[in-house]
Amino acid sequence: MENTINITLKVWRQNGPKEKGRFETYKLANVSTDSSFLEMLDMINEQLVNENKEPVAFDHDCREGICGMCSLYINGRPHGPDDDVTTCQLHMRKFKDGQTITIEPWRSAAFPVIKDLIVDRRAFDKIIAAGGYVSVNTGGVPDANAIAIPKVDADEAMDSASCIGCGACVAACKNGSAMLFVSAKVSHLALLPQGRVEGARRAKAMVAKMDELGFGNCTNTGACEVECPKNISLSNIARLNREFLSAKLQD
Amino acid sequence: MSNLLTASIGRKLLMSVSGLFLILFLFVHLFLNSFLLLDGVFGFERGQMFNAGVHFMGTNPLIKIIEPVLALGFILHIVYSLILTLQNMKARGPQAYASGKKTSGVEFASQNMLVLGIVIASFLAVHIINFYMKMKGFIAWEAGEVEFPFLGNMAKGEDAYSLVNATFKILPIVILYVVGSVALAFHLSHGFWSGFQTIGWNNTKWMPRLKCISNIVAIVLGGGFAVIALAQYLFF
Ligand code: HEM
Ligand code: SF4
Ligand code: FES
Repeated sequence: MENTINITLKVWRQNGPKEKGRFETYKLANVSTDSSFLEMLDMINEQLVNENKEPVAFDHDCREGICGMCSLYINGRPHGPDDDVTTCQLHMRKFKDGQTITIEPWRSAAFPVIKDLIVDRRAFDKIIAAGGYVSVNTGGVPDANAIAIPKVDADEAMDSASCIGCGACVAACKNGSAMLFVSAKVSHLALLPQGRVEGARRAKAMVAKMDELGFGNCTNTGACEVECPKNISLSNIARLNREFLSAKLQD
Repeated sequence: MSNLLTASIGRKLLMSVSGLFLILFLFVHLFLNSFLLLDGVFGFERGQMFNAGVHFMGTNPLIKIIEPVLALGFILHIVYSLILTLQNMKARGPQAYASGKKTSGVEFASQNMLVLGIVIASFLAVHIINFYMKMKGFIAWEAGEVEFPFLGNMAKGEDAYSLVNATFKILPIVILYVVGSVALAFHLSHGFWSGFQTIGWNNTKWMPRLKCISNIVAIVLGGGFAVIALAQYLFF
């Protein structure tokens, strides 16, 4: 049997980057507990459109936890009350009947609000463009036994590569720091032979871009690691520090 | 090496190195303070061990060199803590989350390093006026002259022990020392492992180890200073 709940939403509305924002309150009835959080937002938007009001703008794309587009700070936590999921993977069964749900955009000086719940996360793209890649085309897939890679390194590289660039780490951080994101990007390349070659240059370029864009200084509070939907480990930050400091020492 | 200190990680490196250096100093300091309680254990007369220790510190040329380095360490650590915190507040932006912060499992200390640091700094100011300024002759005090065994002979020096003992008979000062020590313990419960993380000495294996050592360092240093002040008040 399907369960439904009635909820109240407190949603951040802001017409544009320069406009003053405010919270608006909406009531939504008969939300299936099997629906996803974004489906619930689709319902509220349908309701708003039917009332001839402007729908709530929010980011989303894949709706299966792989693209990193969805964001939303829900009831005090990035990606909401569930652990290790993105907002699009969040189920309405995590909420109670009659509950008020507060929805805010990511808050960080480097992620300004574009409209309502959508923030400008191009700062992350700029950091990637500064060095988060391997600069030469390395051709076809070589034999798996051509270059031996320790299993631990391969596993850690895969784990760091699972960062989807959602920005929850920045949203959760009291310092507005992007170190978890940058360290994941530096790590997954630094741990494998092809990426290793440009390791020093990459660490310097990406950190310089991160600083230039106004992200904060990491003090290792670890809120990022808790809220990261992909469980990116804080130990990546130690690796980034290591990469960056040894690169600087060589100059 | 160029412009290392204009980078966020470079600024953090300064915080870390200065902080870890201060921890090293605190261990030496605590070792000396423990003499305040140990006369009875080693069969010395009241205050002899501590006075000998103070005499050693006051006459040793190495200490004369370390002293300005230590002052520099404090100044760097405090100045950079302010710069970093201001930059971080700016990076965070002015808008607070209306629904608060409900992220679980974040250390209290890690979120309040500046406040804890300010408590330590206030304590430090009182501490310097209480003892350092007097023992260094910036503030007049009844130094007295006592004899104590020193490197196999008997030596004469000022009676620092009585100054410390008299100071620790004043309840508000003892309370201040305990508060300062507790703030220090919290600061170090995060600061120690964070300092290693900052210089890059961490990975998934070392994380639990460093956090464990961090708590031990915090308890030994914070608890040590507090217990010595309390014991002086109660039993000496
Ligand atoms: C004996 C005194 C002190 C010791 C031993 C000490 C030690 C440390 C250590 C080891 C760290 C970690 C550095 C890192 O993460 O890279 C740290 C961080 C910090 N300290 Fe101190 N500290 C002391 C006093 C102070 C004072 C007086 C202040 C401020 C007025 C202060 C403010 C801070 C701040 C804001 C941080 C940054 C948090 C972080 O990066 O983790 N500290 N301290
Ligand atoms: S590190 Fe985690 S929280 Fe940060 S951008 Fe990547 S996936 Fe999102
Ligand atoms: S919409 Fe793609 S990760 Fe949520």
